[in-house]
Amino acid sequence: MNFAPETSIDIASAVNRATAPSTEAKLKVEKLNFYYGDNHALKNINFDIPEKRVTAMIGPSGCGKSTLLRIFNRMYQLYPGQRAEGSILFDGINLLGKELDSTIVRSRIGMVFQKPTPFPMSIYDNIAFGVRLHESLSKAQMDERVEWCLRKAAIWEETKDRLHTSALGMSGGQQQRLCIARTIAVRPEVILLDEPTSALDPISTSKIEDLIDELKQEFTIVIVTHNMQQAARCADITSFFYLGELIEVGPSAEIFTNPREARTRDYITGRFG
Amino acid sequence: MASLARRRATDYTVKAISIGFAGLSLVLLAWIIWTLLSRGLPALGPHVFTRITLPPGAGGGLLNAIVGSLIQIGMALVIGTPIGLMCGTFLAENGRGTHIGNVVRFVNDVLLSAPSILIGLFVYQLLVVPFGGFSGWAGVVALAILVIPVVVRTTEDMLALVPIGLREAAFALGAPQWKVVTMITWRAARAGITTGILLALARAAGETAPLLFTSLGNNGWSLNLNAPMASLPIAIYQYAASPFEDWVALAWAGALLITAGVLALNIVSRLVLAKMK
Amino acid sequence: MDATLSGAQTVKGLAAAKPTGRISDPLFVGLLWASGIFVLLLLGLIIAMLFEGGLPALREFGISFLWSTTWNPVTERFGAGVMVFGTLFSAVIAVIVALPLSFGIAFFLTEIAPGPLRRPIGVAIQLLAAIPSIIYGMWGFFIVVPLIAAYVQPPLIEWLGPIPLIGALFQGPPLGAGMLTAGLILALMILPFITAMFVEVLESVPPMIKESAYGVGATTYEVYRNVSVPYGRSAMVGAVMLGLGRALGETMAVTFVIGNATRMSASLFAPGATIASTIANEFPEASIGSLKLQALLQLGFILFVISFIVLALSRMLVRSKLKG
Repeated sequence: MNFAPETSIDIASAVNRATAPSTEAKLKVEKLNFYYGDNHALKNINFDIPEKRVTAMIGPSGCGKSTLLRIFNRMYQLYPGQRAEGSILFDGINLLGKELDSTIVRSRIGMVFQKPTPFPMSIYDNIAFGVRLHESLSKAQMDERVEWCLRKAAIWEETKDRLHTSALGMSGGQQQRLCIARTIAVRPEVILLDEPTSALDPISTSKIEDLIDELKQEFTIVIVTHNMQQAARCADITSFFYLGELIEVGPSAEIFTNPREARTRDYITGRFG
Repeated sequence: MASLARRRATDYTVKAISIGFAGLSLVLLAWIIWTLLSRGLPALGPHVFTRITLPPGAGGGLLNAIVGSLIQIGMALVIGTPIGLMCGTFLAENGRGTHIGNVVRFVNDVLLSAPSILIGLFVYQLLVVPFGGFSGWAGVVALAILVIPVVVRTTEDMLALVPIGLREAAFALGAPQWKVVTMITWRAARAGITTGILLALARAAGETAPLLFTSLGNNGWSLNLNAPMASLPIAIYQYAASPFEDWVALAWAGALLITAGVLALNIVSRLVLAKMK
Repeated sequence: MDATLSGAQTVKGLAAAKPTGRISDPLFVGLLWASGIFVLLLLGLIIAMLFEGGLPALREFGISFLWSTTWNPVTERFGAGVMVFGTLFSAVIAVIVALPLSFGIAFFLTEIAPGPLRRPIGVAIQLLAAIPSIIYGMWGFFIVVPLIAAYVQPPLIEWLGPIPLIGALFQGPPLGAGMLTAGLILALMILPFITAMFVEVLESVPPMIKESAYGVGATTYEVYRNVSVPYGRSAMVGAVMLGLGRALGETMAVTFVIGNATRMSASLFAPGATIASTIANEFPEASIGSLKLQALLQLGFILFVISFIVLALSRMLVRSKLKG
């Protein structure tokens, strides 16, 4: 099947990714149902998220993709009236299990939000805050950790001379990379990205996308995005959600060039959404 | 329908009256301040701050009343602020949209606008009668009960301004709730919360009625919170109604001091709030 | 880009990891709940102790305590009638005087005042609310009372006193202190509260609605009267109730200027008493366990009930509008 050129999907880059075979599943979603009060928001979701790959979740607003992302790190538990049924296995342990403490889940599964959320403190303390929650490091070790994660997030050069100034003085793109650094610093295994570039300009966006490419060497990444070019550029696996159901999941190249489902095709060609 | 000319005339008249009313209220404010300055300044000398209250004609000051007020207000803040802060946090964190939250919020509003003299009567019944006498502590408790609802209200309002994303970001790093609240949310709202404490301080500083039946007032020098304790508002109340000229002059000096302090606190906190919004 | 991570332990298994805040979190949340409950209990305790303290007086005089106009410490016969009347009368005067002023000032602040002046004038009017009650009392006692006695009361008594019916409001010697003076001072004290809430309500009127009224050629005042005020009517009534509640419980200012007479009079110029001023005045002469003290505590309970009702109504009205 051929798409008309005006869809402007970056097919070449998507095709390049299609090669890597799916590795071991880091997260196994099984028979997952989710409710906001009486509203059945996710319906019987089953799929695997492979380790050290980028998995994108796309779909129109309200399709449940962000909801699913927020189940992985049990964010939904902050709000009464939201409940999940089924299981999400993480290294064989059910993340939804009551006996498991949310703070541990979140230390293994980090999250970066749509809008940059720097804490009202210095750049250094923004990073140290998360690390101190889970480890007690000496001053030297902490310095090292801060440098390590800032380098990973590619903002070390910009921040090394002002680590102790307020993080609120940075630009939006820098703040978002600081938030990524802050998440990495806790050394999670999975990083959840909730539309991480929707509030950023094109240059900052491309820097974040390059960063995602780097990070998948070490981390399993799940990204929710409204931007299909972004999914095509960054993701190895793409899943399409519609009205609370998982319609289709597969290597990005297949999803974007040869989707099995008509609804997927309609969405990525811009017929609705 | 009235003619256009008539409608215009009405419009101008009402505008003129409104400007007049606004001007009138400003004139009244200026008049009160002028009265305080013209009568208080001449009476304000070093003796006001260096001598305690003495019989008429003996050249007394207000030292014991000033110190007594500072001690009672200070202790009231020490007791009332943490309770108010925690309760305001409860409303913002645990009480949003719940029944218990709505009830606590309503009850706090009742406390906020309950006549302060009733708080004095309550503490009289609670502490003065059972423990056999008026005391500085009773005054402290009465003022603390006035401080609490002010701090609760401003704390809740200010925490509501903290973006939800900031809390979620802290939770997403695996922080427990107490760390999210104390290290992130409070920190983000600290200017606003401080404002609330300043406003509570201003309210406690000017209150007279609740002290009448609690710390009572004391014409001697006493720092003992278990005994009756002097306070500036009570001293003003006693002196203003007295027939002695030097006492009345001291009352004006005290009135000037209190008003200057309270207005300064209000202006500072409004500036801080304006900056935040 | 290849800084290494030293000092890093091997990643522990999920099940073996130590949660952060397993003990401190319930403790903290418990403390939050405790302080919420504390505020509830505090109000409960205040109501209970005022009621319990005044119960003997209610038993002694029966339910007629509420309206009996006797207040005689010598014969130990007490009734709340005069004070309840004085409380309501002075507060109603205050609202009647403050209401048009607040309407005008709110109109000025929202529609007329040029941008840069709006805030400073608004803040200055708010400062009127910050001045302590006792300062209003002194200012009223030393400045306002003599002026009213000299320039306001004599002509009013002369001109309006002889008129049947409304003449009853203008009887008695020109003492200065009395219901009218108390009401005027109270009006000035509640004015900033009512104005601030009016302004808040008026600013919440959607600009579209106002603009469409301007679009059909309405004048500024017509838009204010026919669009903005009706839009916020219930919240504005709530604001007035809140002002009324403040006026009912004011103590020190009233004590200085009302004249403190426990006699009933319909005249605006007659000295009177409110519940709060009576408590403040007579408390020093009431000994522990005396019937008088119990009567004062019962008065306090009545004041609490009145303020509570007014406040509850006000809150219902304000919330209904600002939320919807």
